[in-house]
Amino acid sequence: METIIREGSPKTPYVRLDSEKGLIEIKGRSIPENSVEFYKPLIDWLDKYGSTPLDNTSVNVQLEYFNTSSSKCILDIFKKLELLYKKGSKVHINWYYEEDDEDMFEAGEDYQSIINIPFTMIELEE
Amino acid sequence: MGFDIEKWYTQKMQGEVLLRYMGEISSEKITEALGEIELSLNLKNEKNKVRKKVYNVFVESIQNLFHHVDIPPATAKVQNIPRFGVIILARDRSFYRISTGNFVQAERVQILRDRIDQVNSLSDEELRTVYRDILGNEGASLKGGGGLGILDIVRKTGNKLEYAMYPHDEDFVFFAMDVYIS
Repeated sequence: METIIREGSPKTPYVRLDSEKGLIEIKGRSIPENSVEFYKPLIDWLDKYGSTPLDNTSVNVQLEYFNTSSSKCILDIFKKLELLYKKGSKVHINWYYEEDDEDMFEAGEDYQSIINIPFTMIELEE
Repeated sequence: MGFDIEKWYTQKMQGEVLLRYMGEISSEKITEALGEIELSLNLKNEKNKVRKKVYNVFVESIQNLFHHVDIPPATAKVQNIPRFGVIILARDRSFYRISTGNFVQAERVQILRDRIDQVNSLSDEELRTVYRDILGNEGASLKGGGGLGILDIVRKTGNKLEYAMYPHDEDFVFFAMDVYIS
């Protein structure tokens, strides 16, 4: 299965979906007007990955900014991962936020309250 | 004679204006505006926390215009383009203000008013609960935002939305909103 790497742009994040390492990374900013268009191929990749996942899947999300349009799409990604987890795969989400960024911290708490996967909040020092 | 948009625009220029824009709210214009405010916020050596909040709320405000504005009426003295809107970012004493303006069809006014009044009536705790409910339970709307935009703005700023509806003619009103970030 192919590994997808997308470089970041002013409105979209760096993304790495690595099926060989079981690694999913989303970093930077996610503020496109049409988030569904951006995230659809990533969700499709997760569907495929879900049929033959590795034993361990690590997810690192380190966003500087994201808009409400992206928030739904990020949840869709987490929901796909939740399915994997429910089927017995080990999945772990690391949610990074800068130490004084209470909005990003709260966003992490929002997701933590909605999805049922091991979820670690990691503070980054400035 | 309709709503005097130039007069309103001039009145919104109080404080130190960091960005003002009246015209088509296209994806390209949004990218340009974001680049511009990012530079000016950085130059001001603003605290990281405030800078990020202003940027975030600006993104939601301008994208709210992008997704929801109506085509302006032919009688309005503005460019006749589908996504016409106004956005101003100003710094005024200890707070930042984001003012937006756009034409709305009269028949949609009551829905909009009810929606904002409802969001304004929520406590911080209720805002969080409603936000999580919508995020977790409803499918994304066709426009992608799922109705979270103004909830997110009020939640992040901790301030109520201030708005005014100025009648233009029988079919249209001009909707103006101020968001304060302290």
